[in-house]
Amino acid sequence: MTALLDVRDLRTQFQTEDGFVKAVDGVDFTVESGKTIGIVGESGCGKSVTCLTIMGLNESRNTTSSGQVLFNGEDILGASGSRLRSLRGKEIAMIFQDPMTSLNPVHTVGRQLVETVLLHNDISKTEARGRAREALKEVGIPRAEQRVDDYPHQFSGGMRQRAMIAMAMINDPKLLIADEPTTALDVTTQAQILSLMQKLQEDHGTAIVMITHDLGVVAETAHEVVVMYAAKVVERGTVDAIFTAPQHPYTWGLLGSLPRLDAEIDRLAQIPGQPPSLLNPPRGCRFHPRCAYVMDVCKEKVPELMGVSHDADHEQACFLDEETKTREAARLFAATMAAGTSG
Amino acid sequence: MVQYLVRRLLWAGVLFLAVTIVTYVIFFLVPANPARLAAGQAATPERVALVEERLGLNDPIYEQYWGFLKRLVFDGSLGESFVDRSSVNDEIFRAAPITASLVFGAMILVLVISVPIGILSALRPRSVLDRVAMTYVLLGISLPSFWVALVLSYIFGFRLGWTPIAGYCEVVSVPQAANCGGFGDWAYHMVLPWLALAIVQAGIYVRFVRAEVMDTMTQDYVRTARAKGAPERKVMKDHILRNALLPVITILGMDIGLLLGGAIFIETVFGLNGLGGTAIRSIGQFDLPVLQGVVIFGAVAIILFTLIVDLLYAWVDPRIRLT
Repeated sequence: MTALLDVRDLRTQFQTEDGFVKAVDGVDFTVESGKTIGIVGESGCGKSVTCLTIMGLNESRNTTSSGQVLFNGEDILGASGSRLRSLRGKEIAMIFQDPMTSLNPVHTVGRQLVETVLLHNDISKTEARGRAREALKEVGIPRAEQRVDDYPHQFSGGMRQRAMIAMAMINDPKLLIADEPTTALDVTTQAQILSLMQKLQEDHGTAIVMITHDLGVVAETAHEVVVMYAAKVVERGTVDAIFTAPQHPYTWGLLGSLPRLDAEIDRLAQIPGQPPSLLNPPRGCRFHPRCAYVMDVCKEKVPELMGVSHDADHEQACFLDEETKTREAARLFAATMAAGTSG
Repeated sequence: MVQYLVRRLLWAGVLFLAVTIVTYVIFFLVPANPARLAAGQAATPERVALVEERLGLNDPIYEQYWGFLKRLVFDGSLGESFVDRSSVNDEIFRAAPITASLVFGAMILVLVISVPIGILSALRPRSVLDRVAMTYVLLGISLPSFWVALVLSYIFGFRLGWTPIAGYCEVVSVPQAANCGGFGDWAYHMVLPWLALAIVQAGIYVRFVRAEVMDTMTQDYVRTARAKGAPERKVMKDHILRNALLPVITILGMDIGLLLGGAIFIETVFGLNGLGGTAIRSIGQFDLPVLQGVVIFGAVAIILFTLIVDLLYAWVDPRIRLT
């Protein structure tokens, strides 16, 4: 069975006044129908650009992309504008980080939903309005019949994100790309939005690409995880493998910096230093200047993504020997478990 | 909505009072004697004194002002000219349509020029078109309007003979003695003044439309529209322009109000005897009632158009609630 989305060696670079910025530098991953994949990493690591490239939404003037984006076996990376438009909003939908600014302030929510329907379906306006009302109901907007005529500013942040989700799901897409959908929301709303997305996924069989820097979100929603650092994938595996046996020092850092209610620590662990500039990334492994386990080889050679010996679906890009990695992963896991039991 | 309107109208009243007081005070601070000017060069001091008495110039300022205000509010009259005792209302009603013809025609032209150029410039920044447009903006801002008017008048009116050099034709109620009239003649005579005013004004508007469109293009909701699969034309029309042109409306409304007070240079060059000419004449003759009439008309125009803009704004942008 071919994957719904198969991204191969995706590269995207922006031309800036200071030179070329390689925002995505050889990224591979696949998404199966009905599954959720989480793409995790710090701000500026290329998560969002990866997804905008898949959608063909990068500014065309200063951006070049290469590689393959196979959607149902069709390479859509170089597809024509009209082909992409027929996919966007119909087969592949996207929701964004900030629901406050992602809806057009001068049109009613209903009108924006109707627009999405009419762009891809040859039906009457009245029918489209009916669908808009249904979609709002489905995402849990109370009194959807009346609220459909409201303007975005009359909605709260959480309701706006619900409306964005309704708009994304209204044409029953096969793939939903969610770019940090809960980052701008308060914690209780975050949980509601995530469970709404899971419910919609079950009902519609939609595959989801969940971009986030929040490992909690990933743990809750994703089946598979891709960890990105400085425009490259550094580790990839099932959500279990990533959380129980992480193989890359960067992933250890991310997991170690998770706040926990049950652990008695004064300060959160943090990864020292800043993510590198993509204009002029470090030689060798891009994580080496911040890595506590750095070796000479890391400064010279670029590590390739390689399978972990005991788990074929788990890949990582680090030169450390497996013994050390297993030991460190176990120690991290034991530490979190110990914190869990002691608290 | 009604409450908002009432509040706005009350505020307009206050503004209106302030404007009339300021003009009155300034007028009386100027060291000149309107009576001497009105009475003529050969007038004897007795005669000047008589004229002063007649015009009420010997009364204290506040009494003169009070008289003026009473007349205005109760009779709707702006008074009579110091110089020839003619009705100021008549003068304003004669001159205002001329200025209005100039201003509205030119502002329509301004939009016709600046909106497409601004959009195209914003879509292709630093392209040849954008650079040409930005050069034009610079010229439009720096060139004095009377110079542009003179050059146009020289080339198209005098050299090529395509248009009249100067003059105005009535559209309706053409006087018996007039040698031209009707819509065709009116437009024919207005073409050059419109162009002259529009060329100068449009520069700033091109820049403004460009900046607003560029700013709006980067908004998240524009990306959302693209992510829905909307074609670029629809993105521009429904999502960018509607938001980008809002501030442009504001400036346009205020500029119309401002120009209605008299586009003095353009009127003078093209021999249009509008409010600008009336204002200049009345200043030269220290004809306070006429000057006051022009100022009040200008103030009312500005207040009115600002109000129209605000109402329009609330209609276009649902976030603004008129309460």
